[in-house]
Amino acid sequence: METILEIHNLSKEFFLHAQGRAIKSCKNISFTLPKGGFIGIVGTSGAGKSTVLRCIYRTYLATTGSVMYDSLSYGKLDLVKATERQMIHLRKVEIGYVSQFLTILPRTTAKEHVINGALDAGFSYEESMQKAEEMLRYFKLNENLWDIYPNTFSGGEKLRLNLAHAMVKAPRLLLLDEPTASLDNNTKILVKELLMKLKAEGTSIIGIFHDLEFMEGLCDEVYNISAGQFQNSKEVS
Amino acid sequence: METPILRIDHLTVRYGNTCEYCRNGGALNKNTCPHCKTVWACNDVNVQLYEGEILGIVGESGSGKSTLMKSLYFDFDITEGQGYLQAYKNGQEDIFAQSLQQKKYIRNHIMGMVYQNPMLGLRMDYSSAGNIAEKLIAAGQRNFGAMNDRVAELLDAVEILQSRKKEPPKNFSGGMQQRVQISKALANNPAVLLLDEVTTGLDLSVQVKVLELIREIRQKFNVSMMLVSHDLAVIRMLADRTIVMLDGKIIEQGLTDQILDDPQQPYTQQLVHSLL
Repeated sequence: METILEIHNLSKEFFLHAQGRAIKSCKNISFTLPKGGFIGIVGTSGAGKSTVLRCIYRTYLATTGSVMYDSLSYGKLDLVKATERQMIHLRKVEIGYVSQFLTILPRTTAKEHVINGALDAGFSYEESMQKAEEMLRYFKLNENLWDIYPNTFSGGEKLRLNLAHAMVKAPRLLLLDEPTASLDNNTKILVKELLMKLKAEGTSIIGIFHDLEFMEGLCDEVYNISAGQFQNSKEVS
Repeated sequence: METPILRIDHLTVRYGNTCEYCRNGGALNKNTCPHCKTVWACNDVNVQLYEGEILGIVGESGSGKSTLMKSLYFDFDITEGQGYLQAYKNGQEDIFAQSLQQKKYIRNHIMGMVYQNPMLGLRMDYSSAGNIAEKLIAAGQRNFGAMNDRVAELLDAVEILQSRKKEPPKNFSGGMQQRVQISKALANNPAVLLLDEVTTGLDLSVQVKVLELIREIRQKFNVSMMLVSHDLAVIRMLADRTIVMLDGKIIEQGLTDQILDDPQQPYTQQLVHSLL
């Protein structure tokens, strides 16, 4: 099976100069993500789950190891060593990142936020507008919220907006950092359905989740991360 | 490999005669030589700016940020170094080695500058329209009608009422002065816009307006910008990449979220942890 992401011996250590010591976050993480696959990561807080995702997205610089990504734009590429310009391009066009938090420009309405995402990916304004509307509908964000500043949105609405923002670029690789952490059950079910749909459409996904029930039927494989290391993996039917 | 639209190599600006100690790279006391007291305001700075990107520059006061910006706008003479602009002779000639006339050409046609202090960028007693027209005239525009139209267009872009264009900037609020400065800087469609602390001293809602304007300008005109700011939130919001300066040197550079979330250098860690 074709792989889109191959992570080999990834370790991350934070050196804190003020304290004069290093904090080890994750060590020797290796796994591969097949094209169109869905890998779930679980673990206690502080175990290093988010660190793995952030190393892939290059928010963190990995201390050792490699993250080979099969990109459309540059071919096979180690994201740890890619140039900043390459990373910026990949983030705009190929790799999406969604967390439970909404980071939004001040005084931007929900719809504008999604439009901006599409503009970044290089679509024209008209196309972006159309795609944004499609995405907001797809993620079932109530239409009367579109022209409102999202700071006042509920957790679930923010999350769906985040997803719409990330998915409007139709990324090939989607990184989900505990997107369901603050959601009620009904919204979770909705998000799960949406993720199933994305997966069926061929997006490769890595997601951090807390509840195993949610991951059932969604993830092809679940890794348990503990003290910074992968403990075991299990296939989820 | 992508070619940067602006490349600065080994830029050094120093004040003083230097001595053998500091010329040979001896340790400085901050940016000052302990023996001859030469100040190394910018010390071997290398920067690449790419098309359509916003490059953030952070660092403490006196770290050389403004010196870098002002050298690029030829306000300061540099001591050493080269600069190449894609928009100027295809990046083949060092801009710092040009004659005064050529430097004026570059300044008026290719660069735009917005100073932290509007007093530096605007003539406070002239009308706002006159301030902008000055830049157009400097670039060779002589047709009054065309200038008038362009000024109207620029003031519209920064949301300043046409009815106030004859007023001098000294009558305006800080935010409005800053917006007049921005429209002046944009007058000749520059390839590179230098923004030095444009939001400092403005209240939050005006700040947001200026920031929105900067984003819009980038989206519309695909201008590349260098943005100096003390406000890390502004940097996070606008900059694609960020460089961190300390004592005249670049100590760290990278993707903006990486610099802010995973800073490597002691100074950068301190800076990020000082966030309110």
